[in-house]
Amino acid sequence: MGNIWAIAQRELRSYFVSPVAYVVTALFLLISGFLFSLILGVSNEASMRPLFGNFAVIFLFIVPALTMRLLAEEQRTGTLELMLTAPVRDYELVLGKFLGVFLLLLIMLAITLVYPAILLLAGNPDRGPIFSGYLGVILQGAAFLSIGLLASSLTQNQIIAALLAFVILLLLWLSDALGNFTQGRIGDLFRFLSITKHYDEFPRGVIDTRDVLYFITITAAALFFTVQSVTARRWRG
Amino acid sequence: MIKVEQLTKYYGPRAAIRDLNFEVAKGEILGFLGPNGAGKTTTMRILTGYIPPTSGSASVAGYNTFTQSLEARRHIGYLPESVPLYTEMEVSSYLDFMARIRGVPGRNRRARVNYAMEALHLTHVRDRIIGKLSKGYRQRVGIAQALVADPDVLILDEPTIGLDPMQIIETRNLIKALAGSHTVILSTHILPEVSATCSRVLIINDGEIAAEDTPENLTRRLRGAETLRLEVRGPRDEVARRLRSLPRVVEVAVTDGGDGRHAYTVVCELGADLRERLAATVVQEGWGLLELRPVEYSLEEIFLRIITEEEAAAPEAVPV
Repeated sequence: MGNIWAIAQRELRSYFVSPVAYVVTALFLLISGFLFSLILGVSNEASMRPLFGNFAVIFLFIVPALTMRLLAEEQRTGTLELMLTAPVRDYELVLGKFLGVFLLLLIMLAITLVYPAILLLAGNPDRGPIFSGYLGVILQGAAFLSIGLLASSLTQNQIIAALLAFVILLLLWLSDALGNFTQGRIGDLFRFLSITKHYDEFPRGVIDTRDVLYFITITAAALFFTVQSVTARRWRG
Repeated sequence: MIKVEQLTKYYGPRAAIRDLNFEVAKGEILGFLGPNGAGKTTTMRILTGYIPPTSGSASVAGYNTFTQSLEARRHIGYLPESVPLYTEMEVSSYLDFMARIRGVPGRNRRARVNYAMEALHLTHVRDRIIGKLSKGYRQRVGIAQALVADPDVLILDEPTIGLDPMQIIETRNLIKALAGSHTVILSTHILPEVSATCSRVLIINDGEIAAEDTPENLTRRLRGAETLRLEVRGPRDEVARRLRSLPRVVEVAVTDGGDGRHAYTVVCELGADLRERLAATVVQEGWGLLELRPVEYSLEEIFLRIITEEEAAAPEAVPV
């Protein structure tokens, strides 16, 4: 447990030493802030719902940017050899990396709490949907990040890691639309996999355990495969 | 402390190392010597639990490096050849992090980090970002990282590459000082380093052990003869003939000098100390004895002899 936390801390600090964290956070806040004010201006309604819907799309782009270096860089510089020869279990390394970037995401989301704060000051929004909406965003963020981490474990090249993550996330994102075009069982499968479908209820104030399970399962599966990928490094030498 | 049995590693059809057998006792410093691609790094990577062997086994501190990898790793400090570092971190933060994951408990950490920095003369750069350090300093951070958890076993892959002569000497002294309380394996191309620091040498060539002994024994074993060098002022052929006629002289080779002076390489039987006899002979004949000294094989020559003899003796490789 100590190792996981040590690695997570190191990773988080490392993000703030490089421009990546600042640039990505700034862009994220810029876009979401813009959308927030636009939505507010158009609808005059004290609700976070439309904004929550857009977070997911923004994540599609920023998650690959955040996760691309996590394991790819370690392979490139050779620090992975140090990590894998230290008394650190492979899963501790992966979980530590995940925790580090997940905490970064939480920090970014924490800053967006100004939006509901503004709503509370100016109007009378429903509290429930805001809580569940953030829960949905966090769960979705975790799932996205775990996929990004998996992509990063598969290559030494950060760009490829980013592109791979983006493509996988995009496919999951479009899964719903694909499902609408396909018939029968496969169509059902696509729709079942769809991220949009499992995310929609959260901003409405509905916490469906099936949806929670969906995101947790994706996160766990991606992390599991990442551990396998790291262990496989040893066999390849 | 370290035991390697029939260790073999294949990368595809190619054997990087084949049936390696050796042991390292507690407190020893063992030198791995070998040309590039001999298998030194592969062996070290198996010992540190980074990669599994194809067959055979290795154990460190009694723990098998494959089946009990985690336990074995707790006893090892490792510096890989490429000296990988987290270049965005400060020296002290990096060493603290490495101490943490290598299992140094919180209360000891600062002391251990300070010790490692002092031992490698890094204290004045403790707050510097590693990426901004010169190669020599980075090398030292790498060694410090291996030391920081006070491991029983240190495995150092080319630890003095990139250091200036002063730093090399300091590092060697540091490694020598660690013997006894620590067991060290270091690999190197720098042959004098091996004689300077190691109690035992393993020469690896082409995935197999070509020779294993103390540096002194190796020198002695491969000498095969006592060789003396003389410089004499006198008639060339006569001097050579006279020297050759002495008992226990095997061979005399002459190199022409100028001005009536010539250099003679006299090869004597092993164990024969003919220095006084040769000196007396030259003087009695009335020639000028200008120089008389024994010729030592350097480790370089031994190394090259072993490697080239190995290659000459090796049969044609059979494709697997």
